Amino acid sequence: MRKYSVFAIAREAMRAHKGWEAQWTSPEPRSSYDVIIVGAGGHGLGAAYYLAKEHGITNIAVIEKGWLGGGNTGRNTTIIRSNYLYEESMDIYEHSLKLWEGLSQDLNYNTMYSPRGVMMLSHNVHDQQSFKRHINANRLYGIDNEWLSPEQAKAFVPVLDISKTARYPINGAALQRRGGTARHDAVAWGYARAASDRGVHIIQNCEVTGIRRGPNGEVQGVETSKGFIGAKKIGVSAAGHSSVVMEMAGVRVPLHSNPLQALVSEPLKPIFPCVVMSNTVHAYISQSDKGELVIGAGTDQYNSYSQTGGLQIITHTLDAICELFPIFRRVKMMRQWGGITDNTPDRSPIQGVTPVPGLFVNCGWGTGGFKATPGSANLFAHLIAKSEPHRLAAGLTLDRFRTGRLIDEAAAAAVAH
Amino acid sequence: MLLIHCPYCEEDRSELEFRWAGEAHIARPENIAAISDEEFAEFFFLRNNEKGLTYERWRHIHGCGRFFNAARDTVSDSFLMTYKAGLPKQPVPVAERFAAIAEETSVETWEQTEGDAR
Repeated sequence: MRKYSVFAIAREAMRAHKGWEAQWTSPEPRSSYDVIIVGAGGHGLGAAYYLAKEHGITNIAVIEKGWLGGGNTGRNTTIIRSNYLYEESMDIYEHSLKLWEGLSQDLNYNTMYSPRGVMMLSHNVHDQQSFKRHINANRLYGIDNEWLSPEQAKAFVPVLDISKTARYPINGAALQRRGGTARHDAVAWGYARAASDRGVHIIQNCEVTGIRRGPNGEVQGVETSKGFIGAKKIGVSAAGHSSVVMEMAGVRVPLHSNPLQALVSEPLKPIFPCVVMSNTVHAYISQSDKGELVIGAGTDQYNSYSQTGGLQIITHTLDAICELFPIFRRVKMMRQWGGITDNTPDRSPIQGVTPVPGLFVNCGWGTGGFKATPGSANLFAHLIAKSEPHRLAAGLTLDRFRTGRLIDEAAAAAVAH
Repeated sequence: MLLIHCPYCEEDRSELEFRWAGEAHIARPENIAAISDEEFAEFFFLRNNEKGLTYERWRHIHGCGRFFNAARDTVSDSFLMTYKAGLPKQPVPVAERFAAIAEETSVETWEQTEGDAR
């Protein structure tokens, strides 16, 4: 693989950009691999990359039924933060945030990580108490998070309406300055390129239709639309379809698949300096480097695999956006889409071993999986290589729903899931 | 937005009037203190999350207020039938099932769009 650099750009500029090579290869599958990862989103591709880089396992295939990064990796609002309440959550999301900070250099790929700050608006006394509790918990744990008065919030985001007569008055905000955004496609492409360079096979347009198991119950490989492919270990990282894939091995996981929608506006000149989220009125918004306002809506209430959702969910979010930022009332929305999120009962992810030997699961990231991409991938690689979870992910087991040791972020999340 | 038939009001009403209430036909154990942790996890947390035909409960919360059961296709989101609470799981009529599959194929899922591209 040729490195990307300023010299590479200069060299290619001299010869009409004819020397760029494909970023990753698309090989035919071998008859068997040491590790198969189901799902070529950010988490799956990243896990393959870290397996190759940190654990010396390179005989890996990442199998994807659609196209690379075409699921939730390409459908989210790219928000990155680590200001969660519980230690189990702070561990993984902060691990992830630290990896984000060096990811572009590590992958030699510009992931456009932009620590522009994530601000959470407080509208009432309950919000204020809850956010201050988060801030204190975060700071005690060494994670940055600070309280802003309404005037300070307005100084940070000038288009914010903090007047007393506003429909949703603001009595303060929590700000994590290291939070921000990254380019979603670049994360998938960067991991794919770096993994492919280390010998990982990325097999797209190949649907896993079954998981074959041996006489002792251990995994032997996967049945796919391109035939049987053997594997010593299988990692499932299939987001909204995780429960469908796990069912193939007879493992039930406590997941609900719900549509989650997002939308972008027409491109505007730079006007919005950070990410703003409001839990109480359910709105979150940022501006992409292309200039589009990126707006996230809520989940639909019912289980669905349709990758679409109700219009009332979007209008509810836009109502709130227009009240918080009256300046955006006449902005036209350009595109809207839905992704299928996999939600657990406690709204915390599941990453760990399963009752089936050789089968590992990474799912349940629900509505907040993008920010976790590098951290989750890194810890998932550790899990697959060592067959036991990393210290930072030890609390995310599937077993916690039996023991009752839940990580109850449901009430602590930034937006109402 | 979904259009839902309430079997009590016998009317098609908008989704705004309804609240989804989880998988249907899950019986609470008679003596919940006596069951094991595994059985409790199964009863309390594990759900089928089907891709395709699913049976679920809805509540007409801004109407008659009553719970009822529905059979729905989770790929096309179309309702195949709704029936009153307390009735056993109702088989979905074949014609309804075919109609749902036909609708599934007209929905732009990745299988459709990618299938064409392939």
